[in-house]
Amino acid sequence: MTDSPTVRHHGSDMFEGYPVDTADTAGDQAVTNYTINFGPQHPAAHGVLRLVMELDGEIIERVDPHVGLLHRGTEKLIEYKTYLQALPYFDRLDYCSPLGMEHSYVLAIEKLLDLEVPARAQYLRTLFAELTRICNHMLNIGSHVMDVGAMTPNLWVFELREDCLNFFERASGARMHSAWFRPGGVHQDAPEKLLVDIGEWCETRLPKLFGDAMSLVIDNRIFKQRNVDIATVSKEDALAWGFSGPMIRGSGIPWDIRKSQPYDAYAQMEFDIPVGTKGDCYDRFMVRVQEVYQSARIIKQCLRDMPSGPVASLDRKVVPPKRAEMKSSMESLIHHFKLYTEGFHVPAGEVYVATESPKGEFGVYLVSDGSNKPYRCKIRPTAFSHLQAMDMMAKGHMLADTTAIIGAIDVVFGECDR
Amino acid sequence: MSSPAPLIAPREGLAEALKKLLGKDLLAHVQAVGEDSITVRRDAVDGVMVTLRDALEYQQLMEIAGVDYPDRPERFEVVYHLLSVTRNHRLRVRVTTDEVTPVPTVVPVWPVAGWLEREVFDMYGVLFSGNPDLRRILTDYGFQGHPQRKDFPLTGYIELRYSEEDKRVVYEPVRLAQDFRNFDFMSPWEGADYILPGDEKAGGTGEAPGKGAPTPMTADQVKKADEAKAAPPPTPKTTDKPAQTGAGSKANDAAAKTSEDGAKAKPASKAKTPATAKAEKAPAKAKAPAKPRAPRKPKGGDA
Repeated sequence: MTDSPTVRHHGSDMFEGYPVDTADTAGDQAVTNYTINFGPQHPAAHGVLRLVMELDGEIIERVDPHVGLLHRGTEKLIEYKTYLQALPYFDRLDYCSPLGMEHSYVLAIEKLLDLEVPARAQYLRTLFAELTRICNHMLNIGSHVMDVGAMTPNLWVFELREDCLNFFERASGARMHSAWFRPGGVHQDAPEKLLVDIGEWCETRLPKLFGDAMSLVIDNRIFKQRNVDIATVSKEDALAWGFSGPMIRGSGIPWDIRKSQPYDAYAQMEFDIPVGTKGDCYDRFMVRVQEVYQSARIIKQCLRDMPSGPVASLDRKVVPPKRAEMKSSMESLIHHFKLYTEGFHVPAGEVYVATESPKGEFGVYLVSDGSNKPYRCKIRPTAFSHLQAMDMMAKGHMLADTTAIIGAIDVVFGECDR
Repeated sequence: MSSPAPLIAPREGLAEALKKLLGKDLLAHVQAVGEDSITVRRDAVDGVMVTLRDALEYQQLMEIAGVDYPDRPERFEVVYHLLSVTRNHRLRVRVTTDEVTPVPTVVPVWPVAGWLEREVFDMYGVLFSGNPDLRRILTDYGFQGHPQRKDFPLTGYIELRYSEEDKRVVYEPVRLAQDFRNFDFMSPWEGADYILPGDEKAGGTGEAPGKGAPTPMTADQVKKADEAKAAPPPTPKTTDKPAQTGAGSKANDAAAKTSEDGAKAKPASKAKTPATAKAEKAPAKAKAPAKPRAPRKPKGGDA
């Protein structure tokens, strides 16, 4: 190569119709940027993400994520359903952490109703929200390491995810779409044996299997080469781009809604907030790894302190009666009928309730007009803001780093596209 | 004790600070259901956001939501949700607009607003002047209309399927095998704006209605009524004598016994073991309920 400037036809120049410098010296080759599609059917895109990437050789110049390929009109559908009928839609947003999605929604309804929730229900919800966090992180950590080339840890942590799904099944009857958190509490009490098993699992299987899997990864040379210093996000950028959850903590800001704005039983829990130091993909990964241990800590505290008592509000205008009650009480029968046809009414008002879902701040902006259906239910997904910063994060990195960046964002399109 | 929703302490001096800093741009400041929301002048929203970010420390824009009220002259509300991570407070900022009047963009203040505004534009057709990339985002390529508007039907206008003859996906007008069923739950008893004799407690008396029952009160009024009704915090009790513990005569007897021969005091504390150990031997019902059953709420205006 000579010292004379090589001609690079940057995409933006081409589009804006700038004249192209034709003064090539002999031996120089004109290089044009080219545009490729990453996805929407790419296994490392974690769903239906289409990235239109402009590359200069292997260097990413610009990324334009196209989202919405999984848009199902959830918010519109919710406006036509009663409050209870709308609940299962939340399971189907982030289908990797379904209970975390329900959590924001039921808390929003309870806030509008000003409804008290029994302590046992609050503890159960906290417990299962944390179990959901472990379940979600198992999927993300596993697929992240697989995206950058490791196979074994993924298989191991999927075992743990399977355990979590089995726990959900034993509590609610469904492995993924539980619809178990209900306005006023939870749908059914968790069997005593299940709680015992979860406690044992947190003591034995989880730390052993997870520790084994992570020992293969966290000091691995190749894994570090693929993640350290990739997509570094400063604190200022993290704030400006609306980051939350492990993404903002990876950048070194100790912000966790469970701590700063505690809901349910989190005020009684003792846990630490892991933060990153550099804000790169490795930090985000390690924050998630540490959160798994913290979640296990919270679960143990929940199991230790959980009081007995009712698992849902006894207010029969919101929570339907148990079946046995209906066999003997006419009033219960009427309540049951009314709640499953008309549903309960929520007084007019608006709330924005955000919880710390495994992926970050998951918010529900609920506007009620006093009827039995939400007037507006805006869902604040976590991945939407994170994915928008993709261009900022990926610029100047290699094409192969895209998978690491997407893996560290932890994006699920059911939630992003709604 | 109220709902277990995230606890956010009210920010002291916020109302005065807003009034001072925003001046004429601040149209209203409402505190309802424990949340602060302000309405600002549409044309000034970009400047207001800079003030809120820099002077009042709302560093993060978490969400922009559109809401459609077709009856209003300016039918759309654009609702910004701000978060202060240093003051641990949330603020809702609201502007109103219609189909044609653009709202100034806040992308220069927060780059995250780019997609959030695109979504509001896609869903409601609200225009944002200055947004560098105001394309549709969630709907299909080439989609027409704004699906979240209240006058847009739930089913939409077109549907698509894979056509075996054409070997491609074809778009067609929606054909429904069955009409969409939307039930009207408004009963004649609830729609009336007068109060039937003997039905005064159904609402409008300022007393909190039964939860989940139809009520003319807003969520904020319900919350205030609940707070007014709640009993004042109990005065701390002294427990000088065993009889004052409130634990009941059985426990008092047991306590009296153990004080005589101190060695036997141990077994009583065994009930409080972790859940793992608990289920091995003792049945779950060993512990007394932590909370007494809540008294039944008086029956509200149930039809």
